Amino acid sequence: MKIAVLTKAIPSYESSIRVDSSGCWIDESVVNYVVNESDSFALEEALQIKENAGEDSEVVVVTLGSEANTSKVIKDGLAKGADRGIFIKNESTTTDPLTVAKIFADNLKPENFDLILSGLQSDDMGSGQTGVLIGELLEMSTATLAIETQVEGDKIKIKRELESGWFQWVTLPFPSSISIQSGINEPRYPSLKGIMGAKRKELNKLESSPESQSQSFVNLYVPKNEKFTEKIEGDADSIVAKLMDILKNKLKVI
Amino acid sequence: MVLVVLENQRGKIHPFSLEAVAAGQRFANELNCDLSILCLGEKVDELKSQAQNFKANKLISAKNDLIDMYSADGYSKVLADVISELSPKYTLVGHSYMVRDFAPRVSAKLNIPFVSDIISVDFNNGNPHFSKQVFNAKLATSIELSSDQALLSFQSAAFSSDDIEQGGPESEEEFNVQLSDSDIKSNSEPEFQESSTGVDLTAAELIVSVGRGIESEDNLPTMQSLADAMGAEVASSRPVVDMGWLPPYRQVGSSGQVVSPKLYFSCGVSGAIQHVVGMKGSKNVLAINKDEDAPIFEIADYAVIGDVLEIVPKLTEEINNSK
Repeated sequence: MKIAVLTKAIPSYESSIRVDSSGCWIDESVVNYVVNESDSFALEEALQIKENAGEDSEVVVVTLGSEANTSKVIKDGLAKGADRGIFIKNESTTTDPLTVAKIFADNLKPENFDLILSGLQSDDMGSGQTGVLIGELLEMSTATLAIETQVEGDKIKIKRELESGWFQWVTLPFPSSISIQSGINEPRYPSLKGIMGAKRKELNKLESSPESQSQSFVNLYVPKNEKFTEKIEGDADSIVAKLMDILKNKLKVI
Repeated sequence: MVLVVLENQRGKIHPFSLEAVAAGQRFANELNCDLSILCLGEKVDELKSQAQNFKANKLISAKNDLIDMYSADGYSKVLADVISELSPKYTLVGHSYMVRDFAPRVSAKLNIPFVSDIISVDFNNGNPHFSKQVFNAKLATSIELSSDQALLSFQSAAFSSDDIEQGGPESEEEFNVQLSDSDIKSNSEPEFQESSTGVDLTAAELIVSVGRGIESEDNLPTMQSLADAMGAEVASSRPVVDMGWLPPYRQVGSSGQVVSPKLYFSCGVSGAIQHVVGMKGSKNVLAINKDEDAPIFEIADYAVIGDVLEIVPKLTEEINNSK
C-alpha cells in the first residue's frame, strides 16, 4: 500500500505572532516553525497501517511551503519512519484552500497513492479542507475526523467523530483521502537511528508555479476583546490575594 | 440569490443551520436578493416542516433514498447539482462536523471557494468581507473573494437564531435529484453514542479547566485540589484528553461538552477556537496563562498572566485556610 501523509509547518504555540509591515501576513523571522499537531497523529496512523500491511508498503511524507519553514517537518517525518519525502516548494503565501489543494493534487497525481492521510486542520489557517479537496480533485473517496482505522482488503473502515459524543463507522474504497482527528494514537518519537537514517532517505523537491487565489486576506489584525478584561498582575502572593478577593467578594463562589 | 442549506441533527434542524438561516435572511436584505432554503438528505420532510415558518422566497427539498443516511458522496453531488442549477451567489451553511466532511467536495467539484468558520461579515456596500480567526485565534483576518460564487460556513454564534424572521416561504419546490448507486462510493453506518460513564459538566456551577499549560500529568492532582477546595468540576481542553491525562468526558469544546457555569476557571488553556465555542457562554471567565497573547484572554473577565503551577497551589492553600 502506498500512503501519503500531508504535513504542514506552522508557528509553534509559544511563538510570538506579529503582523508584518504588509499588514497581510505575519513576521516569519521571529517564528519557530513546527509540525502541525494533528498531522503528527496522521503520520503515526500511516506508520501503523504500514506496519500491519507488511513489507511492500510505503509511507511518503509530503509538505508544501517555503524551504526555510518546512525543512524540519520533512526531516521529522523521515526520522520517525516515513520511507521518503516530497517537498513542494511554494515561496508565496497561499491561503486559499482550493488553490493549495490544486497544487498538491497536480503534484501527487502521478504517484497514485492508495491512501492520503492528513491532520483534521492546520492550527494556523484552520480551514480544515485540504484533505477533502485533494480527495475530490483526485477522484478518491473521502472522510474526515477519523479516530480509528481498520484496513479491510481494498477498503478502509474508519470510526468518524461526530459532534457531542456521537460516532459513525464509514467504509471507504481505496483510493481514499482521510483526515485524522488528534488523539487517535500516541505519536512516536524519532529514534536516534531514525534521525541518522533520515539523511539517506529520498527527498523529491518539486516546484509549484504561482497560482491565482479566489479568496485572499485583506488584512490581519489582533482580535478586539469582546468584553472588559481586568488584568491581575504582580508576584504570586499578590496575585493570590487579588484572586481571593475576586472569588470571595465579587463572584461569591467560595 | 442566497442559498441556505439545512442540516438534520437527529430529527431537529441543527442549531448551526438555524444560525445560517438568520445569516441568509441578513444577506438577502443587505444584498437585496432572493433567499432559498434547501432541505437536503436525511428526513427531508421533518426538516421541511420545521422550516415552514422561516421567511424566504423558496423552500426547496431534495429527497432521494440514497441520501436518507448521510453520505459525503451523495450530499456533495446533490448540493453541487443544486448550486449548478440555481446559481446562488452565496451558499450558506453552519460550520458543523458534517459540513466540514462534505462541503469542501462541493467547492472542488464546482471550482468555487469555500470560506470556512467565518466569525463575522462586513457587507461593505455589496462586496462583503468575511472575518475568521487564524494562527490559533491569536489573529483574525478579513477575506475578500474574487469569484462570482462562494460557499460560506459560519462558526457558532456568528449569527443568532433569535434574529430569524418568520413568515414562511413564498413558494415551495422539489429538486429533481439525480443519483445512482455508482455515485455512492462509501458506506456509512448509523450514528451511535458511546456509553458515557462521565460527568455532566453542563450542570456544573463552577469549573476548573486545565490545558496543556499544566505541562505534565503529574500536575493534575494540584489542579484537582483547587477544584476540590472550590467545589468545582475539573474540565479540560482537547490536548489534555489526547495525551490521555483526562478522560474524553471531561473535555469542553466543539468535540466535547458545551458549558455555561457561573465561573470558568481556566488554567493553562490557550483558548483555541474549538475550545472557546464550548465555554464562551460562561458567566465569568478567569484565566491564568503564561502567554500574554493567549486568545483565552480575549474572552476573560479576569486575566492572570503568570505561572499556573506557582499560583494554583498557593491559591488552594488560601481557600482551604479561609474555610
